[in-house]
Amino acid sequence: MTIVGVLALQGSFNEHIAALRRLGVKGVEIRKPEQLLNVASLIIPGGESTTMAKLAELHNLFPALREFVRMGKPVWGTCAGLIFLANKATGQKTGGQGLVGGLDCTVHRNFFGSQLQSFESELSIPELVSSEGGPETFRGVFIRAPAILDVGPEVQVLARCPVSSNSNLHSSSSGEGKKEKDSESKVIVAVRQGNLLATAFHPELTSDNRWHSYFLKMAGDVEESSSSIESIGVNNSRFERSKSDLPIFI
Amino acid sequence: MAGSGVVAVYGNGALTETKQSPFSVKVGLAQMLRGGVIMDVVNAEQARVAEEAGACAVMALERVPADIRAQGGVARMSDPQLIKEIKQAVTIPVMAKARIGHFVEAQILEAIGIDYVDESEVLTLADEENHINKHNFRIPFVCGCRNLGEALRRIREGAAMIRTKGEAGTGNIIEAVRHVRSVMGDIRLLRNMDDDEVFTFAKKIAAPYDLVLQTKQLGRLPVVQFAAGGVATPADAALMMQLGCDGVFVGSGVFKSGDPARRARAIVQAVTHYNDPEVLAEVSCGLGEAMVGLNLNEKVERFANRSE
Repeated sequence: MTIVGVLALQGSFNEHIAALRRLGVKGVEIRKPEQLLNVASLIIPGGESTTMAKLAELHNLFPALREFVRMGKPVWGTCAGLIFLANKATGQKTGGQGLVGGLDCTVHRNFFGSQLQSFESELSIPELVSSEGGPETFRGVFIRAPAILDVGPEVQVLARCPVSSNSNLHSSSSGEGKKEKDSESKVIVAVRQGNLLATAFHPELTSDNRWHSYFLKMAGDVEESSSSIESIGVNNSRFERSKSDLPIFI
Repeated sequence: MAGSGVVAVYGNGALTETKQSPFSVKVGLAQMLRGGVIMDVVNAEQARVAEEAGACAVMALERVPADIRAQGGVARMSDPQLIKEIKQAVTIPVMAKARIGHFVEAQILEAIGIDYVDESEVLTLADEENHINKHNFRIPFVCGCRNLGEALRRIREGAAMIRTKGEAGTGNIIEAVRHVRSVMGDIRLLRNMDDDEVFTFAKKIAAPYDLVLQTKQLGRLPVVQFAAGGVATPADAALMMQLGCDGVFVGSGVFKSGDPARRARAIVQAVTHYNDPEVLAEVSCGLGEAMVGLNLNEKVERFANRSE
């Protein structure tokens, strides 16, 4: 049984561990630098990135995390995790926050705005479908989500999200939190660079496990998963079912 | 449809999800707050202190519960200007309190564009009978509870997050422990119950049957559950976490203490490392004076009993 580390400072680490369990993989909580030595791959979950950065600083986790990324071990960041992995982030709190870095891109923290602008969207994910099968789209849950403004040449874009559909949301919220108007109609919300994977949305909040199995394959850790995962992929009703579900808990 | 003729759609479609913010998105933010600490702040400066300490959200208030208790009078929603200033000062989510049943205060808070509304018993009640119909809002709500039945009634009304009521502004953890133990105890009871017995149990705790059954299947509340009301030390916070809560609200405990910045940071660390007594011992050292506590005798008004 393979073991995946999940950074458990704050946020949706329980949900990630539950998603891994559904795939027959054990996730362990990482709270201290020395615990990173026992795992070969790492998930940085969603949460408040400022909070997670503060706690990582207090417990001196940043050097160990940077070393982990530098050694080329697979790391996946969702939402706050994406901000952690980015080389550059804008829209931070006064005084900035610590980043792990490694992913050659610029992230706008809280790009979509406050909770009233949080949304769900069906994302087109050709790369993931070619690897994992299943429906053509993925239900992306964006919670006060970041977005990727630009990427370096080595970064592969896995998904984009239209922003035009949100513009009416922005105007309806009484002109609060004006942000720079993006001329493009789509922003990047999922990328991969070598062994780094990053998503601005939260696959751990849905019952669709394809991103998790994609990450496990990336880590080259899952031996017999390809057969079992694909057989799930064929059965589309399993994915449809989750539409009106309550969120995923442990 | 509504207002355009004689046919009014029942409940304005209240129990159906709106496209713009489905329930899962409302619960989603609460899930992102898990393992975190939400702190009461009364101005932008305190909000910055909370953010620097690692709070995962702040609750914008005019007076912390301890002052509401001491000064008395009617406690209402804070001045929107104050909430806006606090929102400007920080990047973490901002919550604010509305009176129970006062749906217009909630509409105003939604219009300001904050992230969460706390329909709180700490403020004076606006409606003794009814809570806000939270399905009508795009903004998510957190509500207090003392037991499982009360929690599930709030969820049926549309609350996307639950906190224990505890006894706010007392710095006394006893009521919060009572409420968490009551909720967790009832869930343990429910899990061991035969499916046939769930109907009567639902009737007994006066909660909707479908939510009771869902709680049984999940083995926990179907939304995120925080602890609140009386947390004053890192040990209090870790106690709440070990009892099974997903995170902690700290009201008067931080900014009514001797060294708020330090205590705030210690409580944040205690919630992350709640299972590690060595870290807890380390962060509990030399925090200065804690807030003055209040023993709960008959003379103390119980905020928790204000609503059912």
